[in-house]
This record gives sequence, structure tokens and C-alpha cells, in this order.
Amino acid sequence: MAVFPWHSRNRNYKAEFASCRLEAVPLEFGDYHPLKPITVTESKTKKVNRKGSTSSTSSSSSSSVVDPLSSVLDGTDPLSMFAATADPAALAAAMDSSRRKRDRDDNSVVGSDFEPWTNKRGEILARYTTTEKLSINLFMGSEKGKAGTATLAMSEKVRTRLEELDDFEEGSQKELLNLTQQDYVNRIEELNQSLKDAWASDQKVKALKIVIQCSKLLSDTSVIQFYPSKFVLITDILDTFGKLVYERIFSMCVDSRSVLPDHFSPENANDTAKETCLNWFFKIASIRELIPRFYVEASILKCNKFLSKTGISECLPRLTCMIRGIGDPLVSVYARAYLCRVGMEVAPHLKETLNKNFFDFLLTFKQIHGDTVQNQLVVQGVELPSYLPLYPPAMDWIFQCISYHAPEALLTEMMERCKKLGNNALLLNSVMSAFRAEFIATRSMDFIGMIKECDESGFPKHLLFRSLGLNLALADPPESDRLQILNEAWKVITKLKNPQDYINCAEVWVEYTCKHFTDTLDAYMLKCIATVHQSLKREVNTVLADVIKHMTPDRAFEDSYPQLQLIIKKVIAHFHDFSVLFSVEKFLPFLDMFQKESVRVEVCKCIMDAFIKHQQEPTKDPVILNALLHVCKTMHDSVNALTLEDEKRMLSYLINGFIKMVSFGRDFEQQLSFYVESRSMFCNLEPVLVQLIHSVNRLAMETRKVMKGNHSRKTAAFVRACVAYCFITIPSLAGIFTRLNLYLHSGQVALANQCLSQADAFFKAAISLVPEVPKMINIDGKMRPSESFLLEFLCNFFSTLLIVPDHPEHGVLFLVRELLNVIQDYTWEDNSDEKIRIYTCVLHLLSAMSQETYLYHIDKVDSNDSLYGGDSKFLAENNKLCETVMAQILEHLKTLAKDEVKTLEYIKKQSKQPDMTHLTELALRLPLQTRT
Amino acid sequence: MGTALDIKIKRANKVYHAGEVLSGVVVISSKDSVQHQGVSLTMEGTVNLQLSAKSVGVFEAFYNSVKPIQIINSTIEMVKPGKFPSGKTEIPFEFPLHLKGNKVLYETYHGVFVNIQKGKFTPSPVDFTITPETLQNVKERALLPKFLLRGHLNSTNCVITQPLTGELVVESSEAAIRSVELQLVRVETCGCAEGYARDATEIQNIQIADGDVCRGLSVPIYMVFPRLFTCPTLETTNFKVEFEVNIVVLLHPDHLITENFPLKLCRI
Repeated sequence: MAVFPWHSRNRNYKAEFASCRLEAVPLEFGDYHPLKPITVTESKTKKVNRKGSTSSTSSSSSSSVVDPLSSVLDGTDPLSMFAATADPAALAAAMDSSRRKRDRDDNSVVGSDFEPWTNKRGEILARYTTTEKLSINLFMGSEKGKAGTATLAMSEKVRTRLEELDDFEEGSQKELLNLTQQDYVNRIEELNQSLKDAWASDQKVKALKIVIQCSKLLSDTSVIQFYPSKFVLITDILDTFGKLVYERIFSMCVDSRSVLPDHFSPENANDTAKETCLNWFFKIASIRELIPRFYVEASILKCNKFLSKTGISECLPRLTCMIRGIGDPLVSVYARAYLCRVGMEVAPHLKETLNKNFFDFLLTFKQIHGDTVQNQLVVQGVELPSYLPLYPPAMDWIFQCISYHAPEALLTEMMERCKKLGNNALLLNSVMSAFRAEFIATRSMDFIGMIKECDESGFPKHLLFRSLGLNLALADPPESDRLQILNEAWKVITKLKNPQDYINCAEVWVEYTCKHFTDTLDAYMLKCIATVHQSLKREVNTVLADVIKHMTPDRAFEDSYPQLQLIIKKVIAHFHDFSVLFSVEKFLPFLDMFQKESVRVEVCKCIMDAFIKHQQEPTKDPVILNALLHVCKTMHDSVNALTLEDEKRMLSYLINGFIKMVSFGRDFEQQLSFYVESRSMFCNLEPVLVQLIHSVNRLAMETRKVMKGNHSRKTAAFVRACVAYCFITIPSLAGIFTRLNLYLHSGQVALANQCLSQADAFFKAAISLVPEVPKMINIDGKMRPSESFLLEFLCNFFSTLLIVPDHPEHGVLFLVRELLNVIQDYTWEDNSDEKIRIYTCVLHLLSAMSQETYLYHIDKVDSNDSLYGGDSKFLAENNKLCETVMAQILEHLKTLAKDEVKTLEYIKKQSKQPDMTHLTELALRLPLQTRT
Repeated sequence: MGTALDIKIKRANKVYHAGEVLSGVVVISSKDSVQHQGVSLTMEGTVNLQLSAKSVGVFEAFYNSVKPIQIINSTIEMVKPGKFPSGKTEIPFEFPLHLKGNKVLYETYHGVFVNIQKGKFTPSPVDFTITPETLQNVKERALLPKFLLRGHLNSTNCVITQPLTGELVVESSEAAIRSVELQLVRVETCGCAEGYARDATEIQNIQIADGDVCRGLSVPIYMVFPRLFTCPTLETTNFKVEFEVNIVVLLHPDHLITENFPLKLCRI
């Protein structure tokens, strides 16, 4: 094989650089510059809605070049224009204003500040559950057997007509027994669907039957714990029905000529619509049983709008009175809640009805303690303290409807009326949950007084305190009362025996404690941060200590994890100063209560998340460090073979966030020992180790910076310690490229810190690692060929090797040689060009090495250019290497040429490009050559 | 390929009075054109005597046959034989409603024609009290639990289009209340010199209280008269149609108390 002698071109980097560099021209402000076409010259801020949220519109203009994107839209960029036009808040505001205009006329729409029923639904369904078996009886069989009706003969025809309404599907009596709660819910959902189907297939009578049968279920109070949920499910069906009827009648009024406006008057409705509507009401009026008749009529209340202007205002009081006929107080209060709900939807201005419902309810309140109810409870084996909490959802709703925009006087009157009734805890609770938080908060002390007076046997007191606590979390009590409120409340809460009750209260009150004492903190900020901190700490500490005391026996807390977690979250939400938080003595013991690992890790995550979010400055506070190390250790220790990758990534992210926030300032040794400690703690999480290596490298460079490159004996030793840290740590990592890159990176750092032999060690380690690079590597779950990564790494490596000085005891360019050997031996993909690409890079490197002065240097490190000083022996050695590499490249080209057609085609294709014309000649010659 | 035929009457509530004109359209819709032999429309009005199972024997004693009695009958030819085009064809029609012969027509509870009874309406409120002592037909008065019900009906003279209203208060009751119902009963009396037949039918039953209602709190009495089954109270030489309402109270465990109020319905 012919040898091609290699001579590197001599280069004058300085001159080249000077000639290549663009001329720097000073630029006046406002002068044209291609990279500065858009200048924001004006920025206007529009008030979009009343809440004062602003969207700024920046208009762009340019002096000479018109930006196509901004010019099209007349100076307003598309995003902000969209924001200005389609901003939901703006739209809402626009609608709001028109709506409010209408409100002024008839006050007929409820504002957005009214908490809608949909919010309550889920809560009720989740809270009122049962494990007992339920039954659905669609077609009350007992009906026929009722005494009284039999005494008089009914003509057959009449009888069938009446029964038609009661019977669901001709001749079918469905009694479903032994349903689990989920079965029950499914059945109701099926009914809802069959209602819609029946309606869609024009079977109006069947639809009505379904609704009647469903509302009948509401008169059934067996499995009473489930009643509130049942109410929710069935009123959903009623809502569907009401909507269907209304829409159908509404659509009858819409003919081809006109569409009925939203606020139409009965005169606009045509006769057919009115007649249909009337028919519905007649049909419903003949429903035999009270409860279905009430519910079905209430569900289509809105349809009265078609008949007369005063229809609704006449209907509501009548329906309200009708409820008086319902004997069971629970059934009746839910009926009232439904009426209030429909009333609020259809005619919120008719406040009288709401009030009447409330006062009627008060009149029947005594029934709760009457014999009939008591007997029923005995039969069902339900205790009063678990029966009474069935009332709040309905009562709260009624109270909420009434108190919505109600004058203070009415609220006070209601409160007084409630006070007068015996055993008013239930009422008190609803008052507290429904009335405006401000109203309650200003009277906190009154309420505490009332709560104390309540009869212990009835409604559980802890629920009352919970309700009060919820209000106080929303609104501020008078400042003078704040501490006293906490003390009073806590006195009672502390005495609670049942941990679950206790924790329910504590969860709410923790928020109050954190919130209001932080408020105080804000108010007195500058003056007395120290004292307030102290008191704040004390308060929170008491609360937490108390929680621990209560929860520890019998591991009662295991059931309370969700609430305990909430407590932690609330505490974290209010303490952004972590040094204060962790100096709360009981905080860590509190954490220890989470014995179940998964929950504990969740909590730890929350804490770390908050820390990363809120910690602004790096810290060296030993309190924070100790606590967070503990927290991080907990997270780390949860990692095992089964931990998911995502979870590991998440944990690593959190721990890394912490590590980055730790700084001991100029105390580098302390910093290093922190990293050492961290390494021993977090050895299972690779990303954390990587972070630590980077941190230590950074520390070394930091030291160099402080010493301005001239290490003292002490700092040199310290830097070597850093380098050693990295050297030891890297082999424990699994990712091959992570290791390679870190070796290279750490080698560079070592070199920069004049640790030459250490740098050599890094590079040697990297070189010896290269043969281990597998063909395929796993990236994001997919196997990919590794060659391109290897190429990238090696190129990077070569640029570093340029400046690595040769070791006096090894031969010339020993690292390059070693690396070349490794590359030579590496099993490359057959016919792949990667190897040759690498060789070309090596040629670059060797050429750069043969220059008199290298392109770049490291301060205080003599590279080969100064070591050898252009010695001819060195150059000869270098050129020899080049020749070997060159030979390899040519060899490869030869193999390529064997595949002549391909090569020829390639060359021809290349030669078509304008600056490759010289290849045309080659293309002509090539076939001839190969033929010989 | 079906052809659909529908008769649409103009008035939405489908109530017509004697002397008025019944008008509407016959709608024929078809995808293809239809050959036909002509369209004629017949209106027929009949009175049907219905026998309840209870009084079969009695009526048959009076009348040999209970065939439907025709009171109105008219036919018009709408279209001569020919062809309907495809699509929708609407043919309007009108019938004058005139009585056949000179029979007197009463408003029926099936409501075909109205012969308005120009009765003067005067409210007639009734107050009532029900205790064990006020009851009749009691087998063993001693077994009855003690109770006191008070109430009133706003009027026993009722306008048929207006609901029956009133109030009921359970002042006291030893036994728990199960239910309170309003039972509307129609009493038909048919007779001649030889004797008469009386037939009472429950036509509506409305529950106004369910369960043990709160003592001392008034429960509304409210009942809409069913359009199909009621008519103004009627008294002729041969027959009577009257209405009554029963307030039925069911007590635990199985006591049934009924208080009866005759009603006078009229239309104004």
C-alpha cells in the first residue's frame, strides 16, 4: 500500500481570526440593525374587566424592515389580540355588565358569587355513603292494596287511566333488592338514560312515569344514611326532565318566522305551547302521591312562564305550603332544599318563598326529636349523632339561598330565631356554613358562646367548631379577639376523644392559626418580627404537639392520613420562611407520624416542592439543612427495585433542587463535606450523584476563581480533594455516556486546576471506558444506535486532548495513541462511516497539534506546543500518526469504491452542485480506473 | 312507500261549543303521488252509556238496549277522485256544530259540547272538626286513638276550572298519621218512575299529607279538578251527576277516618 506523506498546513490563527472577523461598527441607538427589526415603541394597557386584571398590548414598529408577522395584524401581535378579544374574563365581564343591566330591571339572575348546586353535589355523594343493601321499588306494589280506595268501585277505564301514570312499563313491577350502593347509583343512571331515550323516541308518558317512579324513591327513608346521596341522584333526573319539558315547549313557540327571546312574556307563547304546558300541569296535578307530585311539579316550575306572568310567583308559595304535608322531617327538609334550588334558578328575586321555607322549617324543627323519628332510628339502628349530620346539606343549601345578598337585618333575625329553639346546634352549624364568612367572623365570640351552650348529646360539637374554623379561614375576626378565639376553640378541641373527630377540627384550625398569626406578622412586620416569630412558633407548636398527643395512641392516625396531610399542606402554604417552619419544634415529630412509607414520601415531596418554589436565597441554616436532609433521606430511602422511573426522576429533581440551594458561602470545605455527606445519603439516585459531581466541579472552579488561578498549598490540596471526590464517584454511575462525559468534564476541571496527573487519570479512565460502549443504548425507552453519541463525545474529547500536555514518562502523544488503538479495536457497524468520520477528526486534531502555537490554552498549563517547542522529532511523530490514519481512510474509500455503481452515482449527484464541478472529471475517470 | 293521513284541528285545546264552527285541515303527506277515490270527512257525536260492573243488572232492568245515542252526524266530501301530488297536501275543512233534532245537550265529563249552566257562584266555606266523637259507623269507639283534626274548605261551591282549596290542621293525635288523602267521588243517579240506580265512582285521589305531619301546622288542601272526569253538577228529571270530596285520614296502625263533603261544581 502506498504511503502518503502528510504535512500539516501551517496556520496563523491570529491572522486568520483577524481576517475572518466582521468589522465592528459602533451603532447608534435607533440605527438600523438586522437583528433588531422589532422595537417595542409603545405599550398600552387596557382595563379588561372590573377586577383589574390587565392585558397589555404591545404594538411593534420597525424603522425600516416590516415584520411580516406583526404587520399583518395592524401593529397588534396575534396573541395579544386574541387575548384582548377572546379573553374569557373580558367576555364574562361584558356579559356580566349586560346581565347586571338586566338585573337592575328584574333582579332575575343569580350572580357568579352564588355557590352553585353543582359544587355541593360531589361533596354530598362522597360524604353520605353506606355499606348497607339498598332497594329500588319501581311501582309501589302496596298502592293497590291500600284500604279505602277499595270501598268504592272504580270503573275499569278510569282505573286503568290512573294506573297508567303509576305503572312504569305495562305490567312490570320492578323491585330490586340487595343492591350495593354502586349498583344503586348505576341503576339510577340507567333510569336517567332511559328517561332521555324515552323522550327522544317521543314516549312522553313513559318519561313522565319514570320521573314519577324516581321521585317516589325519595319518600323511602330506609337506609337513611344514604338519603342525602339518593336525593342528589334523583334530583339529577328531575333536572333532566324539567329541562326536557321546558325545551320542548320552548321549541313549540319557535316557528320559522321568529325565535322567542330569552325573556319572553306569556303573550309570546302560542296556543299549542300553552295547551301542552297546561296538559303537563294537569297530568302532574293528578299524581296520587304527595312526594312525587311535589317533586315533578317543582321540576317543571319554569314552564309556568308560558302560561302567565305571575305563574311562578303563585306556584312557589303553594309548593312551599305543600311541603308541610310531608311528615318525615328529613324528607321534608330535602324537599325544601329542592324547591329553594329550583326557585333560585327560575326566580331568584322571589325571596319570600325562601324565607317562608326557612320559617316553616323552624316550625317543624321539633319533629326531629319527636317519637316517630326516634322510633324509626331505633328500627334502623342509627344513633342521633349520626342522624343529625344528614340534615346539613339541605339546610346549608336553604340557608345559603336565603343569605345570598340578604340584608344584615334578616341574617340577624334568622340567627335570633335559631337561638331561641332548643338544641339548636344543627341550626347553628348551618348558619355558620351558609352565611357570609365575614358575618360569622365578626361574631366569632358570640358563636363560641353559643356552641358552648349546645347540648352535647345532639349534634357533635366538633362539627360546629369545624364550621367556625372554616369561616375563620375565609374571613378575619376582629383583631382583638383573635388570640382569644383560638384559645377558646382549642380548649374544646383538645378535649375531643375520638381522633378522627379531632383531626377533622384540627385540620381546619391549623389554617386559622397559620393564617391569622401571619397576618399579625404582616401588620407589625418591621417592629416586632422577632417576637411575632416567637409567638407564631409557639401557637403552631401547641397545635401540632396537641395533634401528636391525640393521634399517637393505637396508631389512630393511620385512618387520618388525608387530614394530616392537609394539615401539613396548610402549614407549608403559610410558612414560606423555612427556618421558622423547621424551628417549630414539633414539626418533625409530626412528620414522623406518617408511618406508612408511601404517605410519608408524599408529604416529603410536598415539603420539598414548597421549598424549591419558595426558597429564594441559598441557605446554610443548620436547622433547615438538618430537617431537609432528613426529609430528602426519607424520600431517597423509599426508592427500591420496584420504584418507577418517573418516581425516581421526580425524587431526584426534588433532592437536586435542595442540593442546589445549599451554600456555605466562602466556607468551601464545609460545602465539600456537605457534598460528601449527601453522596453517602443519596447513593441510589443517579441524577443526584451527577448533580453532586457537577456541584463539586463547580466548587473546584469557584476556588480557582477566588484564588485567581494561583492555588496556595491549602487550596491546591482542597481542589485535589474535589477532583478525588469526582474520580471516586463517577464509577458508581450506570449510564455509560454519563460516565464518559463526566470523566471528560472532571478531567477538564482538573486540568484547569493544574492537577495534571489527576486529569490524565480521568482521560485514561475515559479511554478505557470507550470499548464498553454498547452498540445500542436505551433512550427514553427506545433502543437507539450509540454511534452518533460516541462520535459526539470523541470529538469533544479530541478538542480537549489538544491541550493536554504529554506525560514525561510516557511516549509522545500517548493519550491520542491509546485512544486511536481503542477506536481501531472497537467493533464498528459494518460499512458504517462513523469510524472514518472519527479519523478525519483525528486528522484535524493532529494537524492542530503540529502548529507552532495552539489555538487555545489553559492558563498556567503548558501544552505540547510549549513543551516541545516545535521540535522536529515531535512533528515527525505526529506526521507518522497522520499517515497511519490517512491510510485507514483511504482503505475505507477503497471498499466504498468496490460498490462502484453507488459511489459513481453519489459522485455524479454531488458534481451537479454548483461548487462541486471538479467532481465531474472524477466521475468520468472513476469507472475507467476500476475497470483496470 | 307509505302515505300518512292526519287530521289537525285548529283549536289547540280541542274544546268546541254548540253553534260554533269546528275547523281544521286534513294533511296528506306522501313521497310519491297517490291515486285516490275521493276524500270525505264524517263527523259523528255520540253519547255512550257505560255500565259499571256493579249496576249491570239494574240498568238492564230499565233499558233493553244501551246502544250509543247519536247526537250529531254530518259528512262532507272534500276532494273528488283524482291524484294527490307528492309531498304534503293540506285540505282545510269546516263543520258547523248544530244539534240533531231538538235534543238538549248537557256538558259531559267527556266534554264534547257545552250547555252552559248559568249558575250564580257564591262561595260557601265550611269549617270542620274531626274527633273520635264526631265519627259515625264506628264499631268500637273505645279502640280508637284520640285525635283532633280541624280544618276548613274555602268553598264547597266550586268553579270547575279552579282548584278545591282549604286547610287541615292536626291539632293532636295519639296515633301517628300515615297519610291524608282527598278523594273526589262522582255520584251518578239514573232513574225513572220505576226506581233509580246510584253509582259512586272515585275519579281522583290526591294525597295531601304523607307520614306523621307536624302537629298544629296547617297542611294545605288543594285539588285540581280533572278535566276529563268532571263536569258541572247536573240535575235533570231523569238523571243526576253530583260530586263529593272525602277527606281520608289513615292512622297507625290501621285506622281509616273519612269525612264527606258534597260539592257543587259549576262553570262560569
